[in-house]
Amino acid sequence: MSDRLSVFKTYKLFVGGKFPRSESGRVYEVTDSKGNWLANAPLSSRKDGRDAVVAARKAFGGWSGATAYNRGQILYRVAEMLEGRRDQFVAEVADAEGLSKSKAAAQVDAAIDRWVWYAGWTDKIAQIAGGTNPVAGPFFNVSSPEPTGVVAVVAPQESSLLGLVSVIAPVIAGGSTVVVVASEKAPLPALSLGEVLATSDVPGGVVNILSGKAAEIFPALAAHQDVNALDLAGADAELAKALEIAAADNLKRVVRPQAVDWSADPGTKRLMAFQETKTVWHPTGSLGAGGSSY
Amino acid sequence: MAFEYAPAPESRSVVDIAPSYGLFIDGEFREASDGKVFKTVSPSTEEVLSEVAQASAEDVDAAVKAARKAFEKWSALPGAERAKYLFRIARIIQERSRELAVLETLDNGKPIKETRDADLPLVAAHFFYYAGWADKLDHAGFGPGPKPLGVAGQVIPWNFPLLMLAWKIAPALAAGNTVVLKPAETTPLSALFFADICRQAGLPKGVVNILTGDGTTGAALVAHDGVDKVAFTGSTAVGKAIARTVAGTDKKLTLELGGKGANIVFDDAPIDQAVEGIINGIFFNQGQVCCAGSRLLVQESIQDELLDALKRRMSTLRVGDPLDKNTDIGAINSAEQLARIRALADSGEAEGAERWAPACELPANGYWFAPTLFTGVSQAHRIAREEIFGPVLSVLTFRTPGEAVAKANNSEYGLSAGIWTEKGSRMLAVASKLRAGVVWANTFNKFDPTSPFGGYKESGFGREGGRHGLEAYLDV
Amino acid sequence: MADVTASDASLRRFLHGLPGVDPVGLEARAAALGTRSIKTTAKAYAIDLAISMIDLTTLEGADTPGKVRALCAKALNPDPTDRGTPRTAAICVYPDMVATAAEALAGSEVKVASVATAFPAGRAALPVKLADTADAVAAGADEIDMVIDRGAFLSGRYLSVFEEIKAVKDACRRTDGSAARLKVIFETGELSTYDNIRRASWLGMLAGADFIKTSTGKVAVNATPANTLLMLEAVRDFRAATGVQVGVKPAGGIRTTKDALKFLVLVNETVGEEWLTNEWFRFGASSLLNDLLMQRQKLSTGRYSGPDYVTVD
Repeated sequence: MSDRLSVFKTYKLFVGGKFPRSESGRVYEVTDSKGNWLANAPLSSRKDGRDAVVAARKAFGGWSGATAYNRGQILYRVAEMLEGRRDQFVAEVADAEGLSKSKAAAQVDAAIDRWVWYAGWTDKIAQIAGGTNPVAGPFFNVSSPEPTGVVAVVAPQESSLLGLVSVIAPVIAGGSTVVVVASEKAPLPALSLGEVLATSDVPGGVVNILSGKAAEIFPALAAHQDVNALDLAGADAELAKALEIAAADNLKRVVRPQAVDWSADPGTKRLMAFQETKTVWHPTGSLGAGGSSY
Repeated sequence: MAFEYAPAPESRSVVDIAPSYGLFIDGEFREASDGKVFKTVSPSTEEVLSEVAQASAEDVDAAVKAARKAFEKWSALPGAERAKYLFRIARIIQERSRELAVLETLDNGKPIKETRDADLPLVAAHFFYYAGWADKLDHAGFGPGPKPLGVAGQVIPWNFPLLMLAWKIAPALAAGNTVVLKPAETTPLSALFFADICRQAGLPKGVVNILTGDGTTGAALVAHDGVDKVAFTGSTAVGKAIARTVAGTDKKLTLELGGKGANIVFDDAPIDQAVEGIINGIFFNQGQVCCAGSRLLVQESIQDELLDALKRRMSTLRVGDPLDKNTDIGAINSAEQLARIRALADSGEAEGAERWAPACELPANGYWFAPTLFTGVSQAHRIAREEIFGPVLSVLTFRTPGEAVAKANNSEYGLSAGIWTEKGSRMLAVASKLRAGVVWANTFNKFDPTSPFGGYKESGFGREGGRHGLEAYLDV
Repeated sequence: MADVTASDASLRRFLHGLPGVDPVGLEARAAALGTRSIKTTAKAYAIDLAISMIDLTTLEGADTPGKVRALCAKALNPDPTDRGTPRTAAICVYPDMVATAAEALAGSEVKVASVATAFPAGRAALPVKLADTADAVAAGADEIDMVIDRGAFLSGRYLSVFEEIKAVKDACRRTDGSAARLKVIFETGELSTYDNIRRASWLGMLAGADFIKTSTGKVAVNATPANTLLMLEAVRDFRAATGVQVGVKPAGGIRTTKDALKFLVLVNETVGEEWLTNEWFRFGASSLLNDLLMQRQKLSTGRYSGPDYVTVD
């Protein structure tokens, strides 16, 4: 046993590729499942939410415009970086969720694998969700999915890492950018994930991670006119209803909270929830005028 | 001597409108529970066409219960059997298309040319298309054994009464749902005729229920606990109210709402076809189209040439009797809509835009508005931002492709857009940057049952048409 | 416009700078105008107008003076049962039949039109084409229907086509200083694309065409509503640019009253009534006339007519 005093980590938000403290200067105490102090996490304000939306909107053009191959490369890089810090996350998830080391390891491994799953999706979404339509006329007609825009997410409350990854990866795999409010009681794995993302070539602003109380921060995000969609995975029924009502002001797309087994095959539901279908028509016509036989 | 076209009216005798209609619930027509009725008039003459029932909350409940009861058997039918019902409906619509076209023209005010050549062929095609899906849902890409949602509550607008009914009912039934549909208050008749088509097709009772009524009927329907799916086409304001109503429930929601479509004309456009596209984009159905190209964005270098051509072409538009086969522009659907168009057009003038309309004589009775063009419009004008839903085109200019895209996207809506250029790479670049659900390049206002339709942003969510349109009615 | 035709390069730049044509949109517009319903008084007006616009044509190797004289009689008196029937605009024949036609039509307002310039292929040396033209004019032709050199056009030698049209136009001059009107046939079926048809239209008009004409009637695709609509747009735009009015003549394949009425609707709604006279619009046709006459009889008698009630010429 060394008597060396360890260095604590100051947990910070991840916004616009940087690690700010809450503009409010507030923190709250994060404990493990037994009530032992783990760290102070930033208690984000509505203004932090607003700053995160600005960052997410700024990043949207570049991220949605990147090639799908490039996005896939970057998501895979996240998996690589997470794998490299596997032990740290196992410890954090074990503390956060009160899991044994082996169960926590299973969560982290599943989270890493989830990044790999979504990394492989980026350049296939358009092929399963889009295609040409055989319209009855001389037109080429093609439908393609396009990212919705800025998505605000209430992360699952119980599954601090796997649940989190399961809600942010599909958003960014599809080309949207995200503002996520981490699990209120277990935000540390989320805040640490920011460090992974920052070193994974994910452009600043593509993922923005806030810690604090969803009930405080999220109503402003749900009503924000520059947010395009909500994933309410971690909101309770009462909050979710209020948020969905607020979301109607600019007709955000809303994924309602549902019981989800985060370890199960995620399918494509969340991936497709933040895609818009654009259909483009263009005349074809014949090679020549008036029935030329060429 | 001028070549004047003699009147060429389509005969009204092909359609027999009853003096009154009830609600179509559980396969039978019945009066409203409280006996309330309202009149539907022909917007081109203000003639009363018929009297229809005003469905109460009690009627909504009865219709939803009938649909719920019918759902059990309908959803359990083999897909191939559901398909055959839908094919029957498609065929009967084809057989009765002339009658339905005349009826739609009478009740809506749109030209017979459009009901005959656009609405009705598309209605039949839509049923034919979704009929074919009913037994192929396993192959639709939504995983194995996708399930229907249950009872769909559907509320549709007055601009394409029967076509919007087809867009709602065909995919719902194909996927195994049953429906309660409320047609618009001002255009109830074609939906009631559709009820008769369901009867002719032998559709099991309760699978399709038609409730006529006003906004209160629609509100009761979307709020009803027994409804599993809400589909609405109409104004953005009502769409938002519906979104609030269904918040916190398990009801699946799709909304097809307003638009302020930008029609972008570059200096290398095929000018004559662009002019036709602009005309079609804003004057089709009197401009009462959610995806209308109501903002013309023209490159400054060809502005004068294009506007001259546009005005010349507008001068040949034939406004008048919707039943006349040579009429290009018919009546506005209602006095209320006409007032809204007038108010917005007046605001255009008040805000400093220049108004132009060709000389045209409007009939004395009915609701009419001449095809109108505003030049000198800026992004700040109401007529550049608000959906007018009438034959009023706002002309704005741009200098570069980047500016065109920025202006086109500078809207809370995102339903449609047009691009006119002969340069393929520019077309593709601009199309990819437009935040709109339907982009027509070198064409405009084209529709097809295989082609998904729906908006970005406040134009709503979900798609109608194509494989995408099935998703709205499946539990996926 | 003079500098446009100063060189092959400038002419090419100009023609290729004309707005493109989207075929689907063009054909859709033509088809939409084809749905106009022309009834009763409008139909009566349009039928008489169409008759008056016909270049009644015979262009067969088997043509004889007797055949041409019979056709001239028909032009002068299309319906023996109704002397009020309008006469056709012209008779259209090969150059060697011009004298016969001119004699038969002498004193009437019916014109003699002659194809020339090695019709229909146009594959002859320029002096031969000019002689062909001058011969027809000398024999009494009021109008010359020349064919352009499609080979030159398709290989991009626009100036050569331009110069040839100009030369033929010169050959249309008579000794008294007057001139036969020149119709320039593009053979749109061989030009194949609508962009080519628009360019050819401008090329022909720049070179002095009095009329632009779709086709010879000797190839698979002749006049269509779409290519005629396109040429109407061209004459409309040319007049706006230069002040010069040019006529349009669809030819070949127009056989029924229904077809003819569709073309008149195209004229009416594209260029308007200034072109609704045989001074500026013609139909190159032969069998069309009898169908128009039968429809005309139906309108005046109320019963359907039959082929035995119109003359076979």
